[in-house]
Amino acid sequence: MGNVLELRDVRKTFRPGFIPKKKEVLKGVSFTVAQGEIFGYLGPNGAGKTSTIKCVLGLIFPDAGSISLFGRSPLDPRSKEKLGFLPENPYFYDYLSAREFLDFYAQLFRVPKAERAGRIDRLLRLVDLESAADVHLRKFSRGMLQRVGLAQALINEPEFVILDEPLGGLDPLGRKDIRDIILGLRDAGKTVLFTSHILQDIEMICDHVAIVVGGRIQNLGRLSDLVSEKILFTEVTVSGVDEEALARFGKRVSIRDGRILLKVFDEADVQPLLDAVRERGGRIHALVPRTQTLEDIFVETVARQ
Amino acid sequence: MTILVIARNTFKEAVRDRILYLLFFFSALTIGLARVLAVLTVGDRVKVVKDVGLASIGFFGALMAILIGTGLVYKEIEKRTIFTLISKPIRRAEFLLGKFCGLVLTLAVMIGAMTVVFLFVVFLHTGAFESRMLLAVFFIFLELVLLTAVAILFSSFSTPILSALFALSFYLIGHFSWSIETLIKKTAPGTGRVILRIIATILPDLENFNIKTEVVQNLPLPGTLWLGAVGYSVVYTAFVLLLAVVIFRRRDFV
Repeated sequence: MGNVLELRDVRKTFRPGFIPKKKEVLKGVSFTVAQGEIFGYLGPNGAGKTSTIKCVLGLIFPDAGSISLFGRSPLDPRSKEKLGFLPENPYFYDYLSAREFLDFYAQLFRVPKAERAGRIDRLLRLVDLESAADVHLRKFSRGMLQRVGLAQALINEPEFVILDEPLGGLDPLGRKDIRDIILGLRDAGKTVLFTSHILQDIEMICDHVAIVVGGRIQNLGRLSDLVSEKILFTEVTVSGVDEEALARFGKRVSIRDGRILLKVFDEADVQPLLDAVRERGGRIHALVPRTQTLEDIFVETVARQ
Repeated sequence: MTILVIARNTFKEAVRDRILYLLFFFSALTIGLARVLAVLTVGDRVKVVKDVGLASIGFFGALMAILIGTGLVYKEIEKRTIFTLISKPIRRAEFLLGKFCGLVLTLAVMIGAMTVVFLFVVFLHTGAFESRMLLAVFFIFLELVLLTAVAILFSSFSTPILSALFALSFYLIGHFSWSIETLIKKTAPGTGRVILRIIATILPDLENFNIKTEVVQNLPLPGTLWLGAVGYSVVYTAFVLLLAVVIFRRRDFV
């Protein structure tokens, strides 16, 4: 499968203020997004996520490096024919209704008039905004704006969708809906690049992940390669046993309502611990093995920096 | 095509802006008050109505061009709506020209509405439809097209307040730059005169679009006046828009 997006050593420095002071936001970012995958782009605030996306969209001009979008420069309008984009904290024309708003973007993609109404209805249904189709966007809540923003990102039936923090401002149900839409896009053979602070969501749906910190990519690869399946520790909750008797198996984390939460670092200690509890007539409430998560890698990467 | 789509949306944005109706209300009020002024005047009352009416259309039209024009592009950047727009297959120049065309269309509609009010007030005095007034309105419109381009130029790199000040200065300088010609005549030939000549050439001369006297006094309008005004508007507007596009093309939207 070919690459939809390729960034090679992209660098960008801003010189804000009356007396310009250099601020290097991208220090040589390189990665590729292959066709048909969901690519998660993570990083702490100010790491350069949105700046990277702005370079890809031609909103800011990199000082050095190259970007290829569908094999063309991002400044070539043809490269955006098959692209959909949802910005972070979307602000849209609040004097338009949701239907007028989507119609405007459909016209920019030269979608024929006969096709527009049907496509808009379908998208409004997809993002669950049918009942608000004729309401002005100024009356929309943040979550509704996020949904209508996603609908505009899909108005041209794009092959590649870039979503900047698509799950921000949504309630858990809304987040699930958007996650399902993103997975639906992948099933339909589309490529998705999205940034998120909610690592759980990225972990749930991404194939590839890049972690950017301080304007540099610090970790890049398949999620399954990055996240090891090795058990880091096991959390065991027991009751009816003397705390002192369990001290040699692991570290006590807390005691609440007579229940002791223990962190057992050596897998070999788990079975002896369970035997010891049973022998003393205690009760085992929970046993949770903790494998490495994306959050662990993320925290570790950021801390390393 | 893309320019048209953006122009239509800009028109929608402008006509849903309350400030437009406020300015229209005041212009209609001023045109109506011209009737009261005429009653208090000794002499040619119709002339007062026509003078005040045309001046009102010019002044409020200029305010519309400046107040709406200077906010149009800035608002897109400030509210970040431009992020979504530039991610579509459009060129930055198309965006800017679409904004310009949309505002020109808005002004055409508003000037049209003000003209209807004006012609009605004139009709109350003369009992006739004075089509010659439309010529003066057309010239005012040419001036407003140029002023719109200037407002958009400033709006492409500055804040609305500064842009409005710059555009207003352009408007005022444009109407008083003819006085430099008088100064040139009074200056002795030499470097000073050359410098003044250069300044006079660079500065806009919006008096090129002022044919109110000719129209109100029923004086003849030579073809060269027409051609000169239309040519001046087209060339100056094109130059200002080109400058705006050049600035806008390399701008980072942070």
